[in-house]
Amino acid sequence: MKKAVMPLIMVVLLAFVPYVAVQFAGLGFLFGVIIPYVAIVVFIGGFIYRVVDWARSPVPFRIPTTCGQEKSLDWIKPNRLESPSNFWEATGRVLSEVLFFRSLFRNTKAELHNGPKLAYGSSKWLWLAGLAFHWSMLVVVLRHYRFFIAKVPGFVQLLEDVDGFLDITLPALYVTDVILLAAVTFLVIRRFQDVKVRLISLPADYFPLFMILAIALVGVLMRYIVKVDVMSVKDLMVNLVHFNLALPEGIGALFYVHLFLVCVLAMYFPFSKLMHMGGIFMSPTRNLANNSREKRHVNPWNPDSKFRTYAEYEDEFREKMKKANLPVEKK
Amino acid sequence: MPKFAPKQSELKKEFEEKPSLLKGDYPDKELFDTPVEFRDGNWCYPAKPEIVEDIGFANPRKWSPTDEDWKLPDGWEKTIKDGMKDRLERFRSFKLFLDICVRCGACADKCHFFLGTGDPKNMPVARAELIRSVYRNDFPLAEKILKGFSGARKLTPEVIKEWHMYFHQCTECRRCSVFCPFGIDTAEITMMGRELLHLIGVNNNWILEPVSNCNRTGNHLGIEPHTFVQNIESLAEDIEDLTGVTVNPTFNRKGAEILFITPSGDVFAEPGVYTMMGYMMLFEHIGLDYTISTYASEGGNFGFFTSNEMAKKLNAKMYHEAERLGVKWLLGGECGHMWRVVHQYMDTMNGPADFLEQPVSPLTGTTFTNAASTKMVHIVEFTADLIRHGKLKLDPKRNDHLRTTFHDSCNIARGMGMLEEPRYVLNNVCNTFHEMPENTIREQTFCCGSGSGINTEEYMDIRLRGGFPRANAVRHVKEKHDVDSLVTICAIDRATLPALMNYWNPGVSVYGLHELVGNALVMEGENKRTEDMREDPMAGFQDEVEDED
Repeated sequence: MKKAVMPLIMVVLLAFVPYVAVQFAGLGFLFGVIIPYVAIVVFIGGFIYRVVDWARSPVPFRIPTTCGQEKSLDWIKPNRLESPSNFWEATGRVLSEVLFFRSLFRNTKAELHNGPKLAYGSSKWLWLAGLAFHWSMLVVVLRHYRFFIAKVPGFVQLLEDVDGFLDITLPALYVTDVILLAAVTFLVIRRFQDVKVRLISLPADYFPLFMILAIALVGVLMRYIVKVDVMSVKDLMVNLVHFNLALPEGIGALFYVHLFLVCVLAMYFPFSKLMHMGGIFMSPTRNLANNSREKRHVNPWNPDSKFRTYAEYEDEFREKMKKANLPVEKK
Repeated sequence: MPKFAPKQSELKKEFEEKPSLLKGDYPDKELFDTPVEFRDGNWCYPAKPEIVEDIGFANPRKWSPTDEDWKLPDGWEKTIKDGMKDRLERFRSFKLFLDICVRCGACADKCHFFLGTGDPKNMPVARAELIRSVYRNDFPLAEKILKGFSGARKLTPEVIKEWHMYFHQCTECRRCSVFCPFGIDTAEITMMGRELLHLIGVNNNWILEPVSNCNRTGNHLGIEPHTFVQNIESLAEDIEDLTGVTVNPTFNRKGAEILFITPSGDVFAEPGVYTMMGYMMLFEHIGLDYTISTYASEGGNFGFFTSNEMAKKLNAKMYHEAERLGVKWLLGGECGHMWRVVHQYMDTMNGPADFLEQPVSPLTGTTFTNAASTKMVHIVEFTADLIRHGKLKLDPKRNDHLRTTFHDSCNIARGMGMLEEPRYVLNNVCNTFHEMPENTIREQTFCCGSGSGINTEEYMDIRLRGGFPRANAVRHVKEKHDVDSLVTICAIDRATLPALMNYWNPGVSVYGLHELVGNALVMEGENKRTEDMREDPMAGFQDEVEDED
């Protein structure tokens, strides 16, 4: 629990800063215009920097983790996804990881019983919560696109209609809001509840979870309960997109809390584990074809190595080899 | 009972009574607050100074992990940090895997060492954190303001001791990487960790002595050419005694079609020698034009457990010898890490082998397109193809005295993907084969607990714990189906599983797949067979003999 306190305090403080600054110090321009620009620059710049930095390190060896039958004899059926034999199959494998968390789907839970006896049970909750969290997060982010563009594009409208199909509140309750909050809550509770995960969890693991939880809660609060002036929010965002630095009047302070937390998370993103978003595409155990005996993989820094040649070997053992009737090069 | 093994009753009691993270008990101390403790059975003897010197590794000296002072060289902190920086720049895997772990814990209970020891630092994620914590310390300012935020820590001698302990309680089996949503492979972390440790002379004699031997004599065991030949010839005599068929292996013969390379354990140690006899009988049966080299007399590669450079150096002999002898292609015996190197590293390290030809089976005409570039075929692929084309006369009844199960070796399963071929062969040479539970085979297979160069006697305590999940799965089929034979395609398995079985599942013997092939093979001109390779009676063949008698 101790490790969760520091990030919790950090998030609460971060939430208070813009509220106080905008409400009492009139710093709307700083939090509504300047910080968002800084954040977007840091996020994009940082993200690119990290990806390029990874790309600068070569992949010296072809090391896919094979999780299925290799392509070998033509009467043995290969597993094209789990042991891809060409680029396209490997792409399919990466996509199955990115879109469906395929490896996490395999998850099991080991239990030690008396005997001693080990048993492995299926354990898909992490997969389910992870998938629910990431997908609903994606929908929520896409839905926000309506704030950045004057005419709401069709796909955003469609997303909103589908997402709000329950139509039980006013404005319509978005299913993804509920799923996102539930899934993040599950992921937080899991970090406390599973002792193995609790032991390995760092404050840096709780921080983004609490940030996302706080951002989502404030967002939900603004949409359903403490309404802010949505038209002004949209004006501000459209202005930002068009580099028009005018700050519309009368947006509630709660909005600045939401925006600031998003900005902090965006700036934190490239320097944290959240970069797994970019890294998953570059993982050499998943994105390479298992064809290293068929096609030579080149290591750009392949070292020169001086090995003991046959001639050196024969020089040492020639007499013994002759006695054993072994053929030798030099008589 | 081996000297360095705990009493089984004590170990059972520990499993059942001692609180452990695996059973849901939170430890008293946080991860990095627990000191490492070296005691009998959990450390390997350090490399002898003359061996370290011989292979040109750093800091040769007399020392022991139980010493307070490990006599690390001056400036060792800088050596480690520079070494780490260098490897981050050369291996994307290392850099990426240190950066993107989200500590979701999916890997935590997948490691055989964690399952067998309950030691928190044996969770793969924690093992990587041992290095990650030092790597993160590159941002000392942030860490000063937010103390403990990202789990950074200073590089101290204690950290080195921890690395030494836990990078030798990882067999680079890659089971965790199957379950990781990002494919983070602890084997990559461990390999880098071990490379770094070698830079400051923290090592293991069981690995370095074979490396030194292999460099000089061509094989891990340090067998000189004449002895190597003698041993194989005595196996040929055993075959003749058993079957009446003469087999004539040749050595260092120029112009042979195929160079056959297998781990030297198959030539010298029980039960591997029976597998070697199986190969020789098979080759005789099909009239294969092959030769064995005394110079490239090692399939395995303990260099792979030290550094990439050393792996390359030892592996280079295979192509070098193939070129000298003028063979067309290479055939490799049953081995795990050998095939990780051959399949994923050899061509990159020492290729291209333009002087060889794309492998074609001389019996069936099958072209091994999957080995088009490396030009090395796995014996099990080769045999499966022979059986498929009806080229072998097999009598699976000759293995009716064995009730088998099959152990996928880690590297073959997760570093190569050869899962069906061995099962196909096994099903054709024996009548009773039962799979272990699905979470313990194929890509989810459990390590024997002794891979990656830790199969030494003084490490028995850790080996028996690490092998526990495998043994437990064998016990399941032993109890359910009366399985008494554990078939493997790995020389380290053959060397280490007998001890593991004796400890956890007495009565289960360990076999190589080609030993069973040899048993089942009906050879031209053979005597009536009543005994298998080990001179154990075959079931159902005795009566005939008695009648004749």
